[in-house]
Parts: sequence; structure tokens; C-alpha cells
Amino acid sequence: MFCIPFVKCLPLVALYGQLLLGLINGSFYALLSLGLAVIFGMLRVINFAHGALYMLGAFVSWWLSISLGIPYWGALIVAPLAVGLVAVVIEKTMLHQMYRLDPLYGLLLTFGITQVIEGTFRYFYGASGQPYPPPPALSGPLNLGFMILPLYRGWVVIVSVLACLATWLLIERTRIGAYLRAATENPVLVQTFGINVPLMMTLTYAFGAALAGFAGVLAAPIYQVSPLMGTNLIIIVFAVVVAGGMGSILGAIVTGYILGLLEGLTKVFYPEASNIVIFVVMAIVLLLRPAGLFGRAA
Amino acid sequence: MSIVAQQGTRTGELRSRLNLLIIAAGIVAALVAPFVHYPIDLMNVLCFALFASAFNLLIGFVGLLSFGHAAFFGAAAYVTAHAAKVWGLPPELAILLGALSAAALGLVVGFLAIRRQGIYFSMITLALAQMFYFVCLEVPFTHGEDGIQGVPRGTFLGLVNLDNNLAFYFVVLAIVAAGHFAIWRIVHSPFGNILKAIRDNEPRAISLGYNVDSYKLRAFVLSAGLAGLAGGTHAIVYQLATLTDVEWQASGQVILMTLLGGIGTLAGPPIGAAIVVLLQTNLAALDFPVTVLIGLIFVVCVLLFRRGVAGEIIAYTRKRG
Repeated sequence: MFCIPFVKCLPLVALYGQLLLGLINGSFYALLSLGLAVIFGMLRVINFAHGALYMLGAFVSWWLSISLGIPYWGALIVAPLAVGLVAVVIEKTMLHQMYRLDPLYGLLLTFGITQVIEGTFRYFYGASGQPYPPPPALSGPLNLGFMILPLYRGWVVIVSVLACLATWLLIERTRIGAYLRAATENPVLVQTFGINVPLMMTLTYAFGAALAGFAGVLAAPIYQVSPLMGTNLIIIVFAVVVAGGMGSILGAIVTGYILGLLEGLTKVFYPEASNIVIFVVMAIVLLLRPAGLFGRAA
Repeated sequence: MSIVAQQGTRTGELRSRLNLLIIAAGIVAALVAPFVHYPIDLMNVLCFALFASAFNLLIGFVGLLSFGHAAFFGAAAYVTAHAAKVWGLPPELAILLGALSAAALGLVVGFLAIRRQGIYFSMITLALAQMFYFVCLEVPFTHGEDGIQGVPRGTFLGLVNLDNNLAFYFVVLAIVAAGHFAIWRIVHSPFGNILKAIRDNEPRAISLGYNVDSYKLRAFVLSAGLAGLAGGTHAIVYQLATLTDVEWQASGQVILMTLLGGIGTLAGPPIGAAIVVLLQTNLAALDFPVTVLIGLIFVVCVLLFRRGVAGEIIAYTRKRG
């Protein structure tokens, strides 16, 4: 038994179970807020469509399995590429026109795009979810001694940590990442050095979107594949991003995991508040440290 | 760069004459409309016109994009519905109480949101409104998915029986006109001029010694209260307050109305509200997803039509005059 005095006692297994769920939610918060931060850093656009792109990733993997028989492992590669391609089209046809305008227009444009994508999927698939089974190799349980871990959930946590770390390394430790950081600071100067900044912006948006698509594939076997899975999530991710501050990549990742775990803990001790705990944390952070936990004051 | 196109201070004669013409046409249309169209639809338009104008007070005159204004509309709807149904308050007091609750909620949300600027402000208002949505989903008095139904309309000021749709229409018209008059007064007051100064150049307003945060917060509370006035009235018209009123989709809708009508113009938001509401009522019968259409209008407006209907008219007359 695990007890918090005067609040509640419950078996440790239940606590571990909720912590694992929190960690999984946290993985998605981290992956999505990371993508938002990368896109915002370069494009100065808050990508409202991030949730819709995540949903798209899940739907592409479901399609691949239903109509082409391509298994999960293939979807893990194909779906992010497909979502990245959609993002390239969005950026090339519409989003690039927003860079010279007030950043609020970028938010409004991506909000409109979200409505179109989501409304279309809702029209064809309704609000209910489509089942997508985990791959056979990962579908069993794993006995850790202190708890039974569904293998697929463990996989999600590990893979998302790896994906976050890889992105962080790409941005902080490679030449491309250095260009990206430089272009974030001063795009005009970087362009005069002969680097194709517009192309970098397109690729950055595609990369952030692919990350969302990747998260969508990971999510497909856990949550049901449904048209509404993205937007409700993205509003929570906005709160995560505000709480963490978008100044640092690592900050976005860490805040995502911490808030996911906190949400899991709240589900154990005060389930009524589990829906709002992340927003409450955001409000407290705004009161105490307006720039965000890892943010730099503007 | 501000989201509102810079507007000159010199007013051409053509423009002022056109203004008068538009206002006169609006008044005539508002008086004649209930005799040629179903009054409930029109009351819906009027409520959303006030809602959009209240929202525009922030985006158009302070430059703050609130992505959570449905929270104020919906909060007032719930409070008004509860007050009229459970406490048996007369409609005018119920609506007033709803508007005051929305203003109080606006004080809390605004206090938190103005701690960040620009895009963060929008994300914070969206997140706090979503939190409010979850609160409405959980607390007992909102009756969850059912909402508060069967709200009595009652008798306005003890004089007008609101069960008569035509009489109710003119009451709603009076409320909405009063709300718009308040907005017009705010925008043209010294207070309003300082708001516009903040919108155009916040550091300059600070360096001139204005307490920018206090001005922003007061504008936010006013906007929330007026949105609440619209929401409370709406709840009495439809005798209903539900989760639809507080959803993020509703916040998006009011943004669209304002954008389509013309951000930062006084005539724009009511025009945009009329277009969007009538479009929705007429599309409900067709088998076309409304969300997709709304999204498409959004995209087209942002890409090609950022001045909106009223903004385009103003730009056109300025070119001519």
C-alpha cells in the first residue's frame, strides 16, 4: 500500500499503472510540444494544425494496414513521411505567406486548416474510433516483478524518449541544426551566407509535422484512431508549451514528461481534477514565472 | 506589425456620408426584419453580433487575440439559465447576473493572460477556456451533457411578456443596441484612444507612462462582460445553456465572424455574425459538413481577405474619396 496522509491509500500496483499512463501521455505531450517548439522557433508560427497532423499520422497507419496490408513497422516510417509531405504542401501553398504578417495570422490560418482536415475526417468516419491492434511482436505483457507492463506501452515510452533525444541532438549538435539555430536568430544574415532559408523553413515545418505524424502512429494502438483525437490533445499541449516556455528544446521535452506524470498522479489521488491539472499548473507558472519554466524573458 | 491595418484619422466626406447611410440601413433592416423572417433566427444573429463586437473590442482595439471567448459567452449562459430557472429571477436580472459573472471570470482569465504577449496570450486564453469547459463538464449545476433546459423566458421588467417572439425580438434588439452603444463609447473615449495606442505600439505607450497592464485588463473585463451580455440573452432566447456554448469551436466561430466582417471596424463584426449564423442555419439542412466550410472561409479570409467585408468597403471609399 502507498499512502498520502489524510488523502488516500491505494495499492502500489494501481499507482504504478497510473504513473505508466502518465508517462505515456507525457511522451505524446513531449513529442508534440517539441514539434511545436521547433516550428515556432524557425517560422514564428504556432501550428494549431499540429493536432490534426497527429491524427493524420494515426489515420495513415490505419489505412496502410486496412487497404495495403502494410504492418505497423512500415507505418512507422511511411506515415511520418506522408504527413511531412502534406505539411510541405500546406507550407508551400499557404503558410509561407504568413511570415511577413502578424504571427496571429499564422495561428488563424492553421486553425482554419485544422477545421477543414478534422471536419472532412468527421464527415467520412464519424466521431467514433477505428481499432488498430499493436504489432504482434509487442502485444504481450511483460512481468517486471512489481507490475505487469503491457509491452507496447513500454515500447512507446522508450521510442518517444529516443525520438526526443535524437531531435535534440540534431538541433544542438549537427551542422544542419546549427544553420537552423542561426536562421532562428537572424534569417537575413544566414541567407546572405548562401543558405537557402525558405527551403529550411519548409523542411522545418515538414519535420515538425512528421514528428506529429510519428506520434500519431505510436498513439494508434493505444487510443482509438478517431478524427477528434488531435485537437483536444493540442490544446493541452499548448498549456504544456506555455508552462515550459518555448525558449529551449530540452525544456519542451522535460515539461511534457513532467506534466504527463503529474496528470497520472492526479488521476490516482483526485480523479475529478485530472482533466484540468495541466491548465492549473500553467496558471501557477504564469503567476510565479511568466516566461515559463525553461523560458527566457522576452 | 499590428493585426489591424493602420487607419487614417482624416475622414473623407464620402466616408462619413456612407457611415450614416450604413447605420440608417442597419436600423431600418433591424426594424423590418422580424416581419419578414423568423424572429428566433434573427435574435440568434443579434446575440452573435454583440458577441463578435465584444470580441472585436479586444482584437480590433487592443490587438489582443483571445482564443477563449466562448468561456465568457457560455459562463453567462449557464448563470443566466440557472438564475432564471432555479432561482426564478426575472430575465433582466438573470441576464445582468450572467454578464457580471462573465466579467468576473474575465478578471481572472485576463489577469493571467496579460502576463504574456502576442501569440502566448492567445494560447493562454485558449487553455484557460478549455479548463473552464472541463469544469462545466464536471460541476453538477450545469447538468453535464444535457445542459440546463427549459429555461423560462418570463416577463421583461415586468412589462413585456417574452413568450411573444416578436416582442422578445425588440427587447433583444434594445439589449444588443445598448451593448453596441457601450462599445462605440468605449472606443471613442480617451480610454479607447489609449487602448489603440497600446495596440499600435505597446513600448511607446509604456514609455508615455501608461500602466499598460491595467488598461489591457480593464478592456478584457469589459469585453468579457459584453460577451456575457450576449451569452445570457442567448440562453433566454433559446431557453437553453449547453456545453456547445463553452467549446473551443465556439471561440473559433466568433473569431471567424470578426475576421470575415472586418477586424477593428465597428460595423464588421455584426456583418460577419449575420453571414456566419445565416450560413449555418441554412446549411444545417444540407449534407455538407459545416466545420469544413467554416475552415475554408477561415483559410480564404486569412490568405486573401484580411480586411474583411467592412474593411474592404472602408478601403474602397478611401481610395475613391
